[in-house]
Amino acid sequence: MQKKTGIFAWVERVMRGLFLVCGLAAIGFVLFITGYLIAAGLPAIREIGLIPFLTGSVWASTAAEPQYGILPFILTSVYGTFGAIVIGVPVGLLTAIFLGKMAPPKVRGLLRPAVDLLAGIPSVVYGLVGMMVLVPFVREAFGLPDGANLFSAIIVLAVMILPTVISVSETALQAVPREYEEASLALGATKIETVFKVTVPAASSGIATAVVMGIGRAVGEAMAIMMVSGNVANMPGLFTSVRFLTTAVASEMSYSSGLQRQALFSIALVLFGFIMVINLVLNALLKKNRK
Amino acid sequence: MEETISFGRRVYAAALRAAMYLAMGLTCALLLGVIGYIFYRGLGHISWELLSTSPSALRGTVGILPNLLNTLYIVVMTLILVLPLGVGAAIYLTEYAANKCLVRVIEFATETLSGIPSIIYGLVGMLFFAEFCRLKSSLLAGALTLVIMTMPTIIRTTQESLKTVPQSYREGALGLGAGKWHMIRTVVLPSSVDGIVTGCILAVGRIVGESAALLYTAGMAHVLMSPVQALLPNNQGATLTVAMYVYAKERGNFDVAFAIAAILLLLTFLINFAANRAGKKLKK
Repeated sequence: MQKKTGIFAWVERVMRGLFLVCGLAAIGFVLFITGYLIAAGLPAIREIGLIPFLTGSVWASTAAEPQYGILPFILTSVYGTFGAIVIGVPVGLLTAIFLGKMAPPKVRGLLRPAVDLLAGIPSVVYGLVGMMVLVPFVREAFGLPDGANLFSAIIVLAVMILPTVISVSETALQAVPREYEEASLALGATKIETVFKVTVPAASSGIATAVVMGIGRAVGEAMAIMMVSGNVANMPGLFTSVRFLTTAVASEMSYSSGLQRQALFSIALVLFGFIMVINLVLNALLKKNRK
Repeated sequence: MEETISFGRRVYAAALRAAMYLAMGLTCALLLGVIGYIFYRGLGHISWELLSTSPSALRGTVGILPNLLNTLYIVVMTLILVLPLGVGAAIYLTEYAANKCLVRVIEFATETLSGIPSIIYGLVGMLFFAEFCRLKSSLLAGALTLVIMTMPTIIRTTQESLKTVPQSYREGALGLGAGKWHMIRTVVLPSSVDGIVTGCILAVGRIVGESAALLYTAGMAHVLMSPVQALLPNNQGATLTVAMYVYAKERGNFDVAFAIAAILLLLTFLINFAANRAGKKLKK
């Protein structure tokens, strides 16, 4: 039908190709990062052995006889994330319910940007405040020699996942059809009963998405917790100085070499594995939400 | 009405209400506390001298001008590279793609990219851009790393605004005999400019706040650079966030750290305000 001739048709075809390349770039980047991490991370794992690497409880990379066990980092990341979720999700969810369902529009209009602001604050700023306020406070309050420990890191992480949990679960709550709530109210339930027994369950998969996104953010955070966790490769305890998977990579990278350096890449590979699992769960949840 | 509700139900309601107020109060207190504390400790240390000099042991000055400029350079370099890439990908997804399967794979890849922690970007950026491509620790290596990191943001916001362009606009243009690219260039893109701007602002926010991905790609130097130098490999430079980390954690100079933190907060205010404005315009 359309008569495309000469240069015009050529331009059309070139642009189409260029846009396709841009789209494929996203796939390319993912494959590239995955491939590069595997290629960089496998040599050390092969040398140390997968089981000793993952289950060894001693990390002494600069010792005369170096030991590379990353169980302390894995457990710290798991405990730290778990703690952050336990504290951050209830607070975030209750805030989201208040913002989305109970607050008058004016209050909501004021608080919603405030939550966005909380999300926008750079992580090093959280780290700085944690380092200067929280760490001394924890030291005094619990009578410890040093306040930089897992507990402080959990608090900072809980604060950092708060905006994610709030804004994602609030969106989910808003998406619940009004008829559900109206039916419940008509049956004589109070406003609060309706919100907690009808709206929240109806938005449960959206709330689950919020939790998983919070987990992703907590697992991946590096700089803020580097400043408050003490950064010593101990097995985790609530009041011991610890190192996370992320901070293990960040803290030794500048001076590492040889096998030590390769072992850091392997830690990153393990971290990447965790993140990919979280991403897959997130993707499944998002798909479920769309239906 | 009220007295027909049993005592138990009223307690339940009161308890939940109290819990909600408590949570809301805690969130607000946190926000105000963090902002208030940073401003209290930092605003007083922001001076013209701090903003306009570079650090010098000879003159005993601690200026952050190089860090301000580095942040600007990295933002500009990243945006110049990521804009065509991200907008192009979004255009392909919404305007061209006929293959559902490919769209799904690209969208999955985009979501995956946005979930990868910045420390991993930093590591891969260091290995590939800084070492393999021999850019060394340089602003360029940092910017290239951030291009990959901010691409999902640009794709998502552009895609959203492309979807709001009415189908009739496209049909009108195509019906008048425009080619697809001509139609996109003259009709679709101009009507989705707000979304692209929003994406840019969000990307700027992410770049300004980024530290883990830049620590080992862009380096930690505090030397003043001209825009031309910023493009060359081997020229390290710390952005504001990285500088703040270095001053706080490695040099123990907390006055400067808090001053930078206050500046970062002011930038965050500005960026959030702008994004909010652009976002509202988008909804209209």
